[in-house]
Amino acid sequence: MHELARYNLSHLQVLESEAIHIMREVAAQFERPALMFSGGKDSIVMVRLAEKAFRPARFPFPLLHIDTGHNFPEAIEFRDKLVEQIGERLIVASVEDAIKRGIAAEDPGPMPSRNRAQIPTLLDAIERHEFDALFGGARRDEEKARAKERIFSFRDEFGQWDPKNQRPELWHLYNGRIRKGEHIRVFPLSNWTEMDVWQYIAIEEIAVPSIYFSHERDIVHRNGQIIPVSDFFPPRDGEQVVRKTVRFRTVGDMTCTAGVDSPASTLEHIIAEVAAARASERGARLDDKLSEAAMEDRKKEGYF
Amino acid sequence: MPASRATNPATEPSAGPKPVSRERYLHMDLLRLLTCGSVDDGKSTLIGRLLYDSKSIFEDQLEAVQRTSLSRGDKHINLALLTDGLRAEREQGITIDVAYRYFATPRRKFIIADTPGHVQYTRNMVTGASTANLALVLIDARHGVIEQTHRHSIIASMLRIPHMVVCVNKMDLVGYSEDRYEEIRADFESFAARLEISDISFIPMSALHGDNVVERSDNMRWYQGAALLHYLENVHIASDRDLINCRFPVQWIIRPHSDEHHDYRGYAGRVAAGVFKVGDEIVALPSGFQSRVKSIDHFDEKLQCCYPPLSVTIRLEDDIDISRGDMLCRPDNRPHTGQDIEAMLVWMSDQPMQPRHKYALRHTTRAVRCLVTQLKYRLNISTLHRDLDATQLGLNEIGRVTLRTTQPLFFDSYHRCRTTGSFILVDETSNTTVGAGMILGPA
Repeated sequence: MHELARYNLSHLQVLESEAIHIMREVAAQFERPALMFSGGKDSIVMVRLAEKAFRPARFPFPLLHIDTGHNFPEAIEFRDKLVEQIGERLIVASVEDAIKRGIAAEDPGPMPSRNRAQIPTLLDAIERHEFDALFGGARRDEEKARAKERIFSFRDEFGQWDPKNQRPELWHLYNGRIRKGEHIRVFPLSNWTEMDVWQYIAIEEIAVPSIYFSHERDIVHRNGQIIPVSDFFPPRDGEQVVRKTVRFRTVGDMTCTAGVDSPASTLEHIIAEVAAARASERGARLDDKLSEAAMEDRKKEGYF
Repeated sequence: MPASRATNPATEPSAGPKPVSRERYLHMDLLRLLTCGSVDDGKSTLIGRLLYDSKSIFEDQLEAVQRTSLSRGDKHINLALLTDGLRAEREQGITIDVAYRYFATPRRKFIIADTPGHVQYTRNMVTGASTANLALVLIDARHGVIEQTHRHSIIASMLRIPHMVVCVNKMDLVGYSEDRYEEIRADFESFAARLEISDISFIPMSALHGDNVVERSDNMRWYQGAALLHYLENVHIASDRDLINCRFPVQWIIRPHSDEHHDYRGYAGRVAAGVFKVGDEIVALPSGFQSRVKSIDHFDEKLQCCYPPLSVTIRLEDDIDISRGDMLCRPDNRPHTGQDIEAMLVWMSDQPMQPRHKYALRHTTRAVRCLVTQLKYRLNISTLHRDLDATQLGLNEIGRVTLRTTQPLFFDSYHRCRTTGSFILVDETSNTTVGAGMILGPA
């Protein structure tokens, strides 16, 4: 993607360069980092950026997947293929396991999602592996609380984020000093937008899971949203299962990810659709709709 | 909703971003801007207006704002609610931290660092200013140039933001008066003569009604200049980088230890300044060993040259000992090397900075310890008055200091290079970032 005739850089080149710098800074400042890998497009882009930062050497950190057990099968298949291809280490921390061990609980609420149960599972994995820095794919354009979060975001020994007491972050100087038991969440894609991510995937020709592209699937309509039907998320009484052409804009837990009615079957289509979109990406995340401060509250507890 | 020439968010049917063709998108550059002003100046409304009128706000975000506006009993859709992200801010109706906003037009992508205007948030403004190419300074046309305007302009000047746009806002409340606008402009210019800002523009506007934000205003036909968005899309920023003085702080050593790449030894980092080309002679600091650039690697690409702010891996002809924190530069153009440094220091902690205290210091990719040897003066950032009797720096205060570091740093003046001229101080007990420094030169 580099045209070196002029000394100008496109905004994507600047964002890429910033993200590579952040990843190398983490490698240098921490002893046990890990890259949180969900199988979603943002974490896939992070893997490409890590390749750009560290090849031809191996990554100086493993990938960490917090597995809700409610995955789209396509996403898991994709994950395993990618890990094999890049030859890096994958650690899977299972929510199912965490629930069995009693450190996480099934959500008893009206929307039985394992989103919240990911928090104790992740914090347990951090403790067991003594991770001191975790890369996350979150972007500031996703949500209002994230718009204020630092690139190096401090977490105390309980994994909590304190939005009112964040470390100032100046120039491109990142302060990774912590005490034992504390850690830093690092967001190399902070300044990227959804559009930037898709454009980057297109020009870098990065493979993404098939569910991002339109396909036929059994769904129900619920509260104005398209809900994929699965074994963990059966239709409710009175709901009619229909077969529809849909795609997904995020690859979250299958039980809390709504589809969009879309014929976009190629990256070019998706980019055109993102450009014309009228609902923000997280609008399709049922977990954010619960209250206006839903994300802020979950982040304080240690969410991604 | 007050009578307005601009579109009404509540009834406007299509509120999605404009499609941008892929070809254009790949050639868009990036402008980072800082907004200085308080809620009272209409800053959040201006940002909301830019996001809304450039169609960067999504329908569900707008609906959420509409719901909140209604429940708070606001008379109109409160565009400021789009930018106030934390619960405490929404409840108190103020902005307490730096928030980053993103929008794009077919020409450019923009990152807005939205910072609070009050004096107790100077550190947030400094944070936002540290990476900005351009500062928007808001002035309420009814009040004119006030102490806060001075403070914002002095910080923008000190942080070396290359471009400044003075937005004379709320022109609707002074009858769109050209005389009033000219009066404020003259006031600001006489003050700004004491600052080091090379490029200043003035735009009369009403963010609430959209005058001169995206479209030229019919209410101010006497104003011949561009609307704000047009200016932001066209201001020339490519020359803001230093392409002369080559500086490459080594960040990470790449040694694969694999059979295939047995002898590979790469110096990874981000170019701070200058253009490095394959074949160039370089010197590594602190060792002083010289070599030539053998290869500039970027994943699966081999580049012929690299320049700021590219992240690359440089390999050299000779196998010399280089580690993180070292710096590559040209033999005939080196930065200062030394342990005694003079700098302007912005204090960011409740615990005051006192001379003789020790702190951890981060400069480029180097981490050392330092001792504050002297506080020369404290600067009043509203008047530029120097208080020579000051004995400490409190939260949000700025002073001129000398430091002694445990190891030599390779530095330039901040004036010459933002990357090699800046540092942060970290408290060694709490581990928080407590100071931001801009190097003036060797002490």
